[in-house]
Amino acid sequence: MHQSNTLSNKPNTIRKLKDQLAKYGVATGGIMVLVALLMIFFYLLYVVKPIFDGVTVEPKLSIVLEDKFQTLALGTDDHVETAYRFTSQPALEYYQLYGPNKTDLIKSYVIRNGKPYSAFAASMPHLKQYAFAYDDNKIVIVKPQFKVGFANNRRQITPKISYPFGQDGIEVSNTRAIEKMAFAVTPEADRAALVYQTKESSAVKFTSLRGELNFMTDETEWYQETIELPIISGKVDDIHVTADLSRALLLQNGELYVFNIRFANKIKLVSKTRVVPHDRKITASSLLAGASSIIIADDSGKICQWFEVNSETGREFTKIRSFQNSNKDIQGIYPEFFRRSFAVTSSTGFIDIYFTTSNASLYEDQILDQKIEKMASSPRADAYLVQTQQGLELFDVENEHPEVTWSALWQETWYEGYSEPDYVWQSTSASDDFEPKFSLVPITFGTIKAAFYAMLFSVPIALAAAIYTAYFMPAKIRTVVKPTVEIMEALPTVILGFLAGLWLAPLIEEHLAAIAILIILLPICIIAFAFMWHNLPKPLLNRLPQGMDSLLLVPVIILVGYSLIELSPWLNDIFFDGDVRLYITDELGISFDQRNSLVVGIAMGFAVIPTIFSIAEDAVFSVPKHLSHGSLALGASQWQTLVRVVLLTASPGIFSAVMMGLGRAVGETMIVLMATGNTPIMDWSVFQGMRTLSANIAVEMPESEVGSTHYRILFLAAFVLFIFTFIFNTIAEFVRQRLRDKYSSL
Amino acid sequence: MKDWFKSGSPWIWMTAGAVSISLISVIGLLAMIAWRGLSYFWPADIYQFDVRQGDTQQVVIGEIYDREQVPSKRLLNMGVDLKGHQGETVERILVKTGNREYVDLDFRWILQTDINATEKTPGIAVFERSRNGNFYGFVEQVIKDGQPVDNEQLTVLIERAVDLADKAVDLQNGEIGSINYRLERIRLEQKSLELKGELTAEIIAQFEAEKEQLKEQYSVYEKELFQLRKALDRDEVVVRDMRDKLVTLRIADVLDVHFPNDMSTLDKTGRFFVQLGKFVTDDPREANTEGGVFPAIFGTVFMVMLMAVIVTPFGVIAAIYLHEYAAKNAVTKVIRIAVINLAGVPSIVYGVFGLGFFVYMAGGSIDQLFYPEALPNPTFGTPGVIWSALTLAILTLPVVIVSTEEGMSRIPSSLRQGSLALGATKAETLWRIIIPMASPAIMTGLILAVARAAGEVAPLMLVGVVKMAPTLPIDGNFPFVHVDRKFMHLGFHIYDVGFQSPNVEAARPLVYATAFLLVTVIIALNITAIGIRNHLREKYKSLEH
Repeated sequence: MHQSNTLSNKPNTIRKLKDQLAKYGVATGGIMVLVALLMIFFYLLYVVKPIFDGVTVEPKLSIVLEDKFQTLALGTDDHVETAYRFTSQPALEYYQLYGPNKTDLIKSYVIRNGKPYSAFAASMPHLKQYAFAYDDNKIVIVKPQFKVGFANNRRQITPKISYPFGQDGIEVSNTRAIEKMAFAVTPEADRAALVYQTKESSAVKFTSLRGELNFMTDETEWYQETIELPIISGKVDDIHVTADLSRALLLQNGELYVFNIRFANKIKLVSKTRVVPHDRKITASSLLAGASSIIIADDSGKICQWFEVNSETGREFTKIRSFQNSNKDIQGIYPEFFRRSFAVTSSTGFIDIYFTTSNASLYEDQILDQKIEKMASSPRADAYLVQTQQGLELFDVENEHPEVTWSALWQETWYEGYSEPDYVWQSTSASDDFEPKFSLVPITFGTIKAAFYAMLFSVPIALAAAIYTAYFMPAKIRTVVKPTVEIMEALPTVILGFLAGLWLAPLIEEHLAAIAILIILLPICIIAFAFMWHNLPKPLLNRLPQGMDSLLLVPVIILVGYSLIELSPWLNDIFFDGDVRLYITDELGISFDQRNSLVVGIAMGFAVIPTIFSIAEDAVFSVPKHLSHGSLALGASQWQTLVRVVLLTASPGIFSAVMMGLGRAVGETMIVLMATGNTPIMDWSVFQGMRTLSANIAVEMPESEVGSTHYRILFLAAFVLFIFTFIFNTIAEFVRQRLRDKYSSL
Repeated sequence: MKDWFKSGSPWIWMTAGAVSISLISVIGLLAMIAWRGLSYFWPADIYQFDVRQGDTQQVVIGEIYDREQVPSKRLLNMGVDLKGHQGETVERILVKTGNREYVDLDFRWILQTDINATEKTPGIAVFERSRNGNFYGFVEQVIKDGQPVDNEQLTVLIERAVDLADKAVDLQNGEIGSINYRLERIRLEQKSLELKGELTAEIIAQFEAEKEQLKEQYSVYEKELFQLRKALDRDEVVVRDMRDKLVTLRIADVLDVHFPNDMSTLDKTGRFFVQLGKFVTDDPREANTEGGVFPAIFGTVFMVMLMAVIVTPFGVIAAIYLHEYAAKNAVTKVIRIAVINLAGVPSIVYGVFGLGFFVYMAGGSIDQLFYPEALPNPTFGTPGVIWSALTLAILTLPVVIVSTEEGMSRIPSSLRQGSLALGATKAETLWRIIIPMASPAIMTGLILAVARAAGEVAPLMLVGVVKMAPTLPIDGNFPFVHVDRKFMHLGFHIYDVGFQSPNVEAARPLVYATAFLLVTVIIALNITAIGIRNHLREKYKSLEH
């Protein structure tokens, strides 16, 4: 009574208002669920999207050059705040690229007082080393440097110059009148390799320099050795030396000569390969970052990547992939510092950007209406510095994720150092020269494999158990059995994973023969026991309670299992010669991981059984009783009724149960993380492990850099999982709804 | 027989077999976890083995850790002398010998054929130590302050040392930790004022004075700490180990001593419960492989409670909407599909979403707005307990919705209609009739959500869990509750100790014990939820008639 008093005392308008407020408030709350799901979807998409974005190149700055010297090489600092330029004076000049004084020449270093040089060469871009050869047998190596300081909380970059081999260079005998040369210096500047050809001679020479610190004088003493390269003679078109000082690559008349120069006393020709057709000429060539590939362009506009591949006849330079440029006059090839991207320039101001690993032509546009003389990429590949007749042009480049294309993720890709195209997932490595391998195929395969073995184990058991529980079991036992099985769903998967990895895996390895026999023997034993039971004297049978079959079988199964485990050493002796692992690896030639798919299948099967059981049991149980009663009344046996009437009616529900189970198996993380070796291999073998999408995320996500390609690909993996399970769950739910409507009409 | 097959009866038996297999595996699994987990606390007998391998004769003291059967053939192939042993297999036992700093291996496999004699020698003491694991040996002499005293005094001295060590730890984590925390706050406040341009010489002086004062306090506490440590160093115990050598142990390193071979079953039972208590209340030691799991329990409970606070209102409101307000239209259908999908999305996807959206996006923005002084060190822009709670709240939302809705659908509509007929508005009916009646169902949903969250590990690995958190999310420093901190979690503890620890063998029993703890909590929660639900069903059934 008290309640109704308080209600009627309030003015009606306020009550109405409250009612409306509640209505809208609750509706908002309801919609929030949908918003949450959409938010996950769109957020994942938002993080993934940039990897599929195209490349943009925008002009940013022009610098008019006043001197009339020729430009030899260009570059910028890490933050694109200062540009440098080597001129033919020879000098190293620095230009400001930001702030109020931008475009100003801020510093100029004249090298060897402007003494004329005979040849100039640049190292791989990330080493930032440049060499001048002089007619007095001197080689000067110059390295632009940027000193970063902080003043007033603002980064201050001071350009400097350094001479790793001294300001006056190093004397290398007989290097007069060099026409073409290439060099490489180790980062510690203790070894250098120089390959060159002089104007006078047709031979190509190689000089190896090795510095040793003299502890008495604290000066570096240089030992040098000069050798004439065998076989090759005559003018060469181009020379390259790899950054690890192990190979010299020479191009002559459309042929590529590769020399092993790692040891000065064992110089030998590794391969001689024709790289362009006889009627074509090489217009440009360059080593790619990582220095194991060479990019060669010919006058038909075809650009090819070549690298060394292990073949039956030894190591061979092989054409890996080619790109067709629509401009036939390729002027230069400019690789990036660390990634496998390179840009190609043409005489008409076109720039094309390619990425080798993903086989992608990323960009093609005429960015200038005049010839591009020289070009350089900034260290982080976020800007290009271009030299034209008038001066320098700076372009902003947006090219964050060239590694990812649809084909690189899902198709076979030929990676450096591999003998053939393959699916590989290897995201990180300690080395800078590393080519990231982002193929989602092995880990998607692993996911499917894990789910397949789990379903193979769980579907028969879960469905059979569900059918028996729903159809044959007395109601009293059912109320105990059903929650008992369902409680397994609540069991944390980390515990299942831990048991699978540390208990089940060694157990299976030790009792493999017993377990294999168990799978075959168990059904036979069950039927034998049933037959025995069936033939028990009728009076005895009638006195025993009905429908207890499952409980009766419990001791039988335990007994069979236990005796097989006890007999296991003896069984192993018969089937596997005493040692399972040795036998499988040595005799059968199958590699055997302790934490293999069998373990995952059983452990994850366990996790999935309650899901499938619970939904399938509901579906069978809710089949209207009059259907089965009708069938039985017409004389069908229990089994016939079950198969022809009940299961048929419940089949959509059973299908939806399997789908739900599959959805769970695909996304399960902890079990696969702990019960497999997590190696991304592609092999259906039961005795090998796998790496799944979910485990891959759990392993690699904490180490990936925010915003990097790797980070975004892991988000893509999550997105793929999301879509997978979304489809399975939606189908399952849809089928279930249909079924429910059908039953209510029955 | 043919008829029997034709009747389909064998197939029915097969389905019955599947039920049996499921039941055996569920109950067997739980029983195994319980057995292995609980036996960790039971004081094991210590054996003295007389071992002869080749020509060397040696005494091994330790507890039997594991047994296995090895095929004799394999051993003979390896050139092992089986001393004329006949039979297919040989038993091999794994002995935990402890004394890690004096022997090469603290676990060793010994073949039964190599053992001449096994004896359960009385008087073997097991020392539990704060470093280097257990020590097994015979107590020879107890030294108190340089003077030998009666051996009976050992337990008293150990208790004193443990007390002092506790005090030292309290001082270090409590008072000294608090001073460090305040010093850090002062530094951040100063930086914050500097960024705002409000830093004056006056304020700096004030800060300096405060710092000075704190430093003074610090030196006082430091002195106290040194004194405690000195007092700890006073006593020693001399022990004869299995090499028959005398070893002096500092009592400061000893946490506990017991003599399992001299204990009666009653004593052992008592000790079992003491050990169980210690496991639940102690901090972990030695890279989590020894000691208790208190911080993990605390972290799990705290995170789960935080999550419950977030998920309950949302879940209940969504359920009310779906059951009481939503019209039968496409939008409702889509929302229902969304609920099902939220329940089906793999948990790791929530982890990825939580890391990107909550940690980096939301947390990063909070740092920019409210904690610029701490940058580049993130405050909220790094995994933490609040982000874990939020992530798991989304993950468990469907559990609460489904359970609440189920409860509401069981409330007879006559009650609703009665209330409306008496003139109550829909909101009033909801508030006075439906929600009170559905509250046990809400409770059920909440319990199930908590059980689910407590067992979830994969998303937490990305959004906030760590193997070793230096501080709990609640402490004595203002603002007392630190939701930005990382935390420890029982499930992750199992993964970390079982798979990432350097000495997996030594850590395994602890992992089983932790697993048992976690399983017990989760199963208990689930059974409670099922109980409430069944009770509710009965209640409403009686209302309908």
